[in-house]
Amino acid sequence: MSTTATGLSDRSPADVAESARSVTGSTSLDDAAWRRFLHGLPGVDRVGADGRAAMLGTRSIKTTAKAWALDTIVRMVDLTTLEGADTPGKVRSLAAKAVRPEPNDASCPSAAAVCVYNDLVPVAVEALAGTGVKVAAVATAFPSGRASRAVRLADTREAVDAGADEIDMVIDRGAFLSGRYEQVYDDIVAVRAQCRAGGRHAHLKVILETGELATYDNVRRASWLAMLAGADFIKTSTGKVSPAATLPVTVVMLEAVRDFRAQTGVQVGVKPAGGIRTSKDAIKYLVAVNEVAGPDWLDPDWFRFGASSLLNDVLMQRNKLATGAYWGPDYVTVD
Amino acid sequence: MARTTRASTATTAGTSERLSVRKTYKLYVGGKFPRSESGRTYEVLDAKGRFLANVAQGSRKDAREAVVAARAAQAGWAAATAYNRGQVLYRVAEVLEGRRDQLVAEVGAGEGLTARQAELAVSEAIDRWVWYAGWTDKIAQVAGAANPVAGPYFNLSSPEPTGVVVVLAPQRSSLLGLVSTIAPPLVTGNTVVVVASEQRPVPAVTLSEVLATSDVPGGVVNVLTGRAAELAPPLASHRDVDAMDLAGAVGLDGATGVAGIGWGELEAAAADSVKRVLRPATDRRGNDAEPDWTEAPRPQRILAFTETKTVWHPKGI
Repeated sequence: MSTTATGLSDRSPADVAESARSVTGSTSLDDAAWRRFLHGLPGVDRVGADGRAAMLGTRSIKTTAKAWALDTIVRMVDLTTLEGADTPGKVRSLAAKAVRPEPNDASCPSAAAVCVYNDLVPVAVEALAGTGVKVAAVATAFPSGRASRAVRLADTREAVDAGADEIDMVIDRGAFLSGRYEQVYDDIVAVRAQCRAGGRHAHLKVILETGELATYDNVRRASWLAMLAGADFIKTSTGKVSPAATLPVTVVMLEAVRDFRAQTGVQVGVKPAGGIRTSKDAIKYLVAVNEVAGPDWLDPDWFRFGASSLLNDVLMQRNKLATGAYWGPDYVTVD
Repeated sequence: MARTTRASTATTAGTSERLSVRKTYKLYVGGKFPRSESGRTYEVLDAKGRFLANVAQGSRKDAREAVVAARAAQAGWAAATAYNRGQVLYRVAEVLEGRRDQLVAEVGAGEGLTARQAELAVSEAIDRWVWYAGWTDKIAQVAGAANPVAGPYFNLSSPEPTGVVVVLAPQRSSLLGLVSTIAPPLVTGNTVVVVASEQRPVPAVTLSEVLATSDVPGGVVNVLTGRAAELAPPLASHRDVDAMDLAGAVGLDGATGVAGIGWGELEAAAADSVKRVLRPATDRRGNDAEPDWTEAPRPQRILAFTETKTVWHPKGI
């Protein structure tokens, strides 16, 4: 398998299908084959996963390690605005903040990306041109995904054509929960093809919406299904369903990407999104990344936070570390 | 067998003393009673040097949590009508009245007062709450104004709460002084983080139990116990604190500052984020001194923690 200069996996559709066949051990990739493979994955011990996540959350990260963690979190943030009330002006101000989160501190890195709805991609692309900050678009009838495949693909094509660097798609949870795995797989493959159409290379993040998947076993199965269908990233949630990202769910997904790389040699990223509001929480995720998946994932190319208010808290903590005084929300931008 | 058991039970009940139920003195933050995050406690002695209680020794992280709680509660408390705030504060006085005996005992032991003196101090403290409760819907009438301007406008000034106020409670007067410093900022809709008297914190813990069981929303008053020298500097430099009352920056022995930290240093730290600062009182010779809290209160203490808002409104023609 080859990787591009940005470190993203760039498997051809044939490679993806071939690897799916070889991992599942089936030539047909129909519902029965997927069921055999996905239900054959080892079950997740819920109590164990919760316990492991709780244990990882107790690590104490201080001083220089904390300073590194805070800067790394800033670099990993997909600064997100996904509201019905979004305006071009709000997207532009968010873009400015993503490029220079701390305008009076040159040592503060830029965020990884700005994540917006489809129709605001042109605004974000214009605002971020030449800055290195990526534009991510949620597509495929986000957040429910309840639209025909044709509509979802058109949605994706529009975002890619408008210049989105990354596409956050949702899976059809209804199909997944009722066992129509082939349909979910085909959806992801089709969206991936749109991301790569016309010589473009938009990076595909597949949202599992773990809050609707009910069990950790399902999270593990959905993770494998998405990775085998060619996802560049697996993402926990849309942020529109509660519970959104939780540490145990992220641990299960990190185990999946680790095992997937061990088996296929392909590295897939993870993006927890929704509900991560404080630096303290985000640092727990970094600890989990390091301990579960490994330090290879401690990079914005392989781990992202989907968040809006998290960045403000990280900036306040950075200032606290720099000056020794506790900071207040009056000193950071609102959104 | 059964008979023996019964007999021995009877003997035990008859002769042994009941095990005392000792109290854990905790912090009061966001309407809850947490122990200090640091897990520390310190010994508090009565006026004669005998052991009185083990009290939670709050840390700077507890102070940070208290400010977060106070900030979260501030908008709601300020948005309540002045009349409603008055009712809530009056309710505190009512519940304090029900705890009179406990407070008299605690104030008496901590400050070394006779029963009669302690009784007077507690009565004065309860009356002080009532006095300040009455000010909630009057302060804007007294301190506000309709300003004459050269144009067809109404020009109205009114006092607004400044936000989150940190109070270093007086070291000597453990209840009356405490009430006299935390009630004034509450009147206009500020929320308070108070660092109780270091050597005499027990009445403050009881007051927090009173606040928790009256109608004061959680987070409006947050009570920290511990070393003032440890808690005051991070609160003074905290960017999300809007004002600071340094009444407690005069030691029990009359020494100025907080255990070696001059209040000037706290004021300098507070100036970094442009806080309002109320300096300690001075005596006739101009030295820092804890005032006589039994003197009649004045509304100036309320106005020390307000901002004047002025609005222009066109007159209809």
